Amino acid sequence: MELVCPAGSLPALKAAVDNGANAVYLGFKDSTNARQFAGLNFNDKRAGEGIEYAHSKGARVFCAINTYPQPDGWESWKTAVDRAADLGVDAIILADMGLLEYAANRHPQVHRHLSVQGSATSYEALRFYKDNFDIRRAVLPRVLSIDQVRGVAKHSPVELEVFAFGSLCIMAEGRCYLSSYLTDESPNTRGACSPAKAVRWQETPKGLESRLNGVLIDRYGKGESAGYPTLCKGRFEVEGSVYHAIEEPVSLNTLDLLPELKELGISAVKIEGRQRSPAYIADVARTWRQALDRLGAGAEDFRVDPTWNSTLAGLSEGGLTTIGAYHRKWK
Amino acid sequence: MMKLSLGPILWFWSKQTVFDFYANAAEWPVDVVYLGETVCSRRRELKLNDWLEIASVLKDSGKQVVLSTQTLIESEADLRALRKICSQQEYLVEANDQSALQLATQNKLPFVTGPSMNIYNSATLKLLAKQGLKGWSLPVELGRETLQKLIGELNEDGLDLPAEVFAWGFLPLAWSSRCFTARHYNLPKDNCEFRCLQHPDGMELRSRESQELFRLNGISTLSGSRYDLMREMPDMKKMGVSTVRLSPEHQGMEEVIRRYDQMRRGKVPATDPLQLVEAPPCNGYWYGKAGMDLVINQA
Repeated sequence: MELVCPAGSLPALKAAVDNGANAVYLGFKDSTNARQFAGLNFNDKRAGEGIEYAHSKGARVFCAINTYPQPDGWESWKTAVDRAADLGVDAIILADMGLLEYAANRHPQVHRHLSVQGSATSYEALRFYKDNFDIRRAVLPRVLSIDQVRGVAKHSPVELEVFAFGSLCIMAEGRCYLSSYLTDESPNTRGACSPAKAVRWQETPKGLESRLNGVLIDRYGKGESAGYPTLCKGRFEVEGSVYHAIEEPVSLNTLDLLPELKELGISAVKIEGRQRSPAYIADVARTWRQALDRLGAGAEDFRVDPTWNSTLAGLSEGGLTTIGAYHRKWK
Repeated sequence: MMKLSLGPILWFWSKQTVFDFYANAAEWPVDVVYLGETVCSRRRELKLNDWLEIASVLKDSGKQVVLSTQTLIESEADLRALRKICSQQEYLVEANDQSALQLATQNKLPFVTGPSMNIYNSATLKLLAKQGLKGWSLPVELGRETLQKLIGELNEDGLDLPAEVFAWGFLPLAWSSRCFTARHYNLPKDNCEFRCLQHPDGMELRSRESQELFRLNGISTLSGSRYDLMREMPDMKKMGVSTVRLSPEHQGMEEVIRRYDQMRRGKVPATDPLQLVEAPPCNGYWYGKAGMDLVINQA
């Protein structure tokens, strides 16, 4: 199984490659990818350097162009596809059907991966993307249980990549408009969820408050650790009770599932987090490399090393991890 | 004249409630009715045959009936249900995900797409048109400016693809594998006791300052404010929008439709309060702003 790591910057890319990533994924410095953060991502020169570095170490580079262009953006999204192809990336990660068609016609030699933002949750959906745009691989949304992943994998016409570690989206990706409802930017339109420009922190007599476009997302008492106000991870009131009504601030961690994922024929595990630091990427990549090497030595003998989990928990939101929807009971 | 459509029922209502609702709808001035369960595979008060029975009554009353597919397809059982819808020939299908697109195109069925289908540019529309697309809905997070450009680009290509706009009701914003209603009751999803039946208009999710943010409805999350584009109808007509979609609610629907019907006939309806589930209005998406915003239309 391939280890696919995020690269939000050239140092992060090098950290991933040096610590055992088989592939890294990156995006351009604009809203053509789903991690549009100030100070993050690559211009052409940096991307070129990153690709050269990765290739010199035997690692592949994928370019994410996985937001949805509207009429005004169409030309620059198309240009982004051309730039990625010209730079010599190994695959382009796409979600928009129009753009997939453009890439397939214009650059047929560059592999196309279906982004998680393409919302393909069944093998019939994968067939649609395969038949129409000849995709090579698809990233599955983080909403399927392991049995459902098994069902998809059994009939999938393409390679599958699944999320292994990092922030947990609990809505079917590519069809979540919660962020644009509260702010005016969503992953689909701007490559941003709960965008930083809309975040305000305020100390009040009631506690530390986090707000998104004025909406109170959470309020922390003394001693509570505060997290980024991703809107689905706040505490809200439903019928008189206040709780994490949508999801707790936890991270996804699927180390325990590795033997099963291997048995299902999953081609790659993906680490989320292009917004993370090079040091974080190095720790996560090293840990997963060790786990995958151990798995490669024999799935039946595979045991999760407790130090792996403690390393990953230390890097997780609120120090907590979950296997999320992979486990039916989570739902 | 613009068409009015009645979207699929997004909530979980009892079988009798659904039959009664559509018995009334047969008399309402709507042109198109979308039928079927689009949210949760566990909602099985009505089987496909029940939906087809309703479809037949509505068809006899002169409505165009469209069968809507489930938005989030997760299991083999979901696919089996989808195949049944995509193998009938009598009614148009509203494809709400790519699984449905695949099955419809494979069976050479004409289809339309619902607001959860990611159509953000005319390249996407053109490629789907080649596959049998007969009409499409604007994704709810897109607004007037984008729609106008999309329609303009289609016209330049001489493509006649009628556009529909979700114009009234709580906006469907997200689908998850997790059930938020079951979570509220500390029940596992697989044994949810069908608590959604107790919430015919969802459960309000408010901020700790009592701001209405969302409505939880099983695995789906809807807007906490009610979208209302009635006053935009003259503008939509000018732009060439074919149909406006009104999303079913269990109270006051007939009166809402009556007002939209007046509006499309050029009469501005009286502003007496409606007997509706209480919720603030919004229309931000239409103006390219945060969806929850309310922009006052001066026209």
